[in-house]
Amino acid sequence: MNLSALIEPDRVHRSVYTDPAIFDAEIEHIFEKTWVYCGHESQVPNVGDYWTMTIGRQPMVMVRDRDRSVRVLYNRCPHRGVQLCGNQRGNTGNAFVCSYHAWSFHLDGRMRAIPLMKGYDGTRLTPGNPDASMRPAERVDSYRGFVFASLSSDGPSLAEFLGDAKVAFDDMCDRSPVGEVEVVPVCHRVVQHSNWKFFMENQLDSLHPSVTHQSTGVPARRIESRLKAERGSAPLFFHYLSAFASGFDQWDSVQTVNLPRGHGVLKAYMGLRPTDPDTLEYEALMKRAYGEEQAEAFLSRSIHHVLVYPYLSVQSPLQQLRCLRPIAPDRTLSEIWHFRLKGVPEAIYRRALWYFNLVNSPSTLINADDLENWTKGQWGLQSSKAGDWVSFHRHFGGDTERDGVLYSNQGTSEVVMRSQFRAWADYMARAARA
Amino acid sequence: MSTTQMGKVLGTGVVIEAVESMTGADSIAPDHYGRGARPSTQYVPDVANVSSALQREVETWLYRQAALLDARRWQDWIDLFTDDGVYWMPVAPEQTDWLGEPSIFAEDRLLMEVRMGRLQHPNAWSQAASWGTNHLVGNVIVESEQADTVHVYSRFQAMELRRDAVRHFGGSYRHTLVRTPAGLRVKLQRVDLMNGQAAYDYVIQAWL
Repeated sequence: MNLSALIEPDRVHRSVYTDPAIFDAEIEHIFEKTWVYCGHESQVPNVGDYWTMTIGRQPMVMVRDRDRSVRVLYNRCPHRGVQLCGNQRGNTGNAFVCSYHAWSFHLDGRMRAIPLMKGYDGTRLTPGNPDASMRPAERVDSYRGFVFASLSSDGPSLAEFLGDAKVAFDDMCDRSPVGEVEVVPVCHRVVQHSNWKFFMENQLDSLHPSVTHQSTGVPARRIESRLKAERGSAPLFFHYLSAFASGFDQWDSVQTVNLPRGHGVLKAYMGLRPTDPDTLEYEALMKRAYGEEQAEAFLSRSIHHVLVYPYLSVQSPLQQLRCLRPIAPDRTLSEIWHFRLKGVPEAIYRRALWYFNLVNSPSTLINADDLENWTKGQWGLQSSKAGDWVSFHRHFGGDTERDGVLYSNQGTSEVVMRSQFRAWADYMARAARA
Repeated sequence: MSTTQMGKVLGTGVVIEAVESMTGADSIAPDHYGRGARPSTQYVPDVANVSSALQREVETWLYRQAALLDARRWQDWIDLFTDDGVYWMPVAPEQTDWLGEPSIFAEDRLLMEVRMGRLQHPNAWSQAASWGTNHLVGNVIVESEQADTVHVYSRFQAMELRRDAVRHFGGSYRHTLVRTPAGLRVKLQRVDLMNGQAAYDYVIQAWL
């Protein structure tokens, strides 16, 4: 792959979104090497609880072991390759048991029993042979309860990989007076008919909301204004929706912070500090737990989204997270999660729940138009005669770089995409050298 | 192998018999832990003894409500709800609190107005694609009738066409209907979508 023919500082070749060979290389050299999000520890509270997911093209299972640790294993029987867990979630008791020939495994993947074991006498399939056990992910680590695995035995640690993007999980957990979240055990899944990069670029693209989402933002604002006039106030969730139709100027004033490895932060938040009794009670709890100054710092963090490149979008102030699982150049599964802050009034969960239901649920009033854009984007990029380049020229040269971090001076700068492709090219160049 | 030899080979052997209470899997390392289906939490309706006139009234009311969706008569559809009416599509059959648990839809009339506003906005980009639905409603059972309130259970099947792609949604409706001077109105329409937690190809734009 000739990277310099694909990636220029201010534009990229359309084939990075459409070419199956490039997609295969991304799976092999990015997704199946880097740290990938598996799930939250609270998804598997009891021994034997499991959730399945894919890392790249590898079927994996995250399970709670008897020693209470969380394991991530390849979901594959070493005998004939049959998947051991056939459902997205469940409990497998004290062992994985294969439905084909009853090979069974402890929850850490070690072989437990094979029927008529004598049949292997004299063969190289001995009980101690790792080929008789489920294979564990090469590396597993977690940060504040969020579990990641890497299918490569070398490379940066999870802490190095996350770098400053760890603020996604800090911001989520720090908003709890006990510093913890637990998962709401519902996972909405939506298949995007587009390359995974469309989603990642879109999350920090401040120019699109008032164009793409005007059909929701405008009526939401109309009703919000009417309620304010009639009743003096409107529920906060109208603001969640009307904010999408904010003017270009306002979005242009929002800064993006583009971190190494393609991670990034879109600053600004959606007015989550009203002065109703529930919020005041919550803020008092935070101040008791952390002290006035620290609580204020936690509550006033200016974050809209944090991206962990190349697959995670975390909306930490509202405790929501979307994780991509690329399927094909033009197909991407998104998994959508919500978390509860531990130790806060129920009302604080409920107001974040409105965002989950209105914006992130399968009946989303927002993503319906995003998905339409990305689908049409994917189709448009199929054209080999209309033009080969995708433009990221907006404010090129107008950003500030300090210690490897690119700060936009205008919110709508396409530095977001330029930074992501810088990381992409770096991943691919390292693969080419290896 | 000759035919005669083959005959000899196949002429001997054992008869495989099921040994009581012992499967192959159990015989090696039994843990008696079931890994198959868990009990269903699907709702089963009660049946009230009601007049055939009421049964017929409720059925035609449901059919017309579905027809308004298919005709995209959004305002007329919303007007079938009481002022405090709610359209709720929970994630799971065991959910009971529309305000406190994750939902697929959780809308009062104000939020219905937002959704209608979106669908009717001239720049609702996703609505530029040809799009429509076809609902069938059946298995209508009146569960109870008290004073001015009727509880009705039914099942629906909805086909959706978007560009060239067809999708199917199916599940149950549970309507809490109240009798008003203007006719039957919905206080709560609960929609349990059978495939609500399957992966979605695209999303759901309008009420089902």
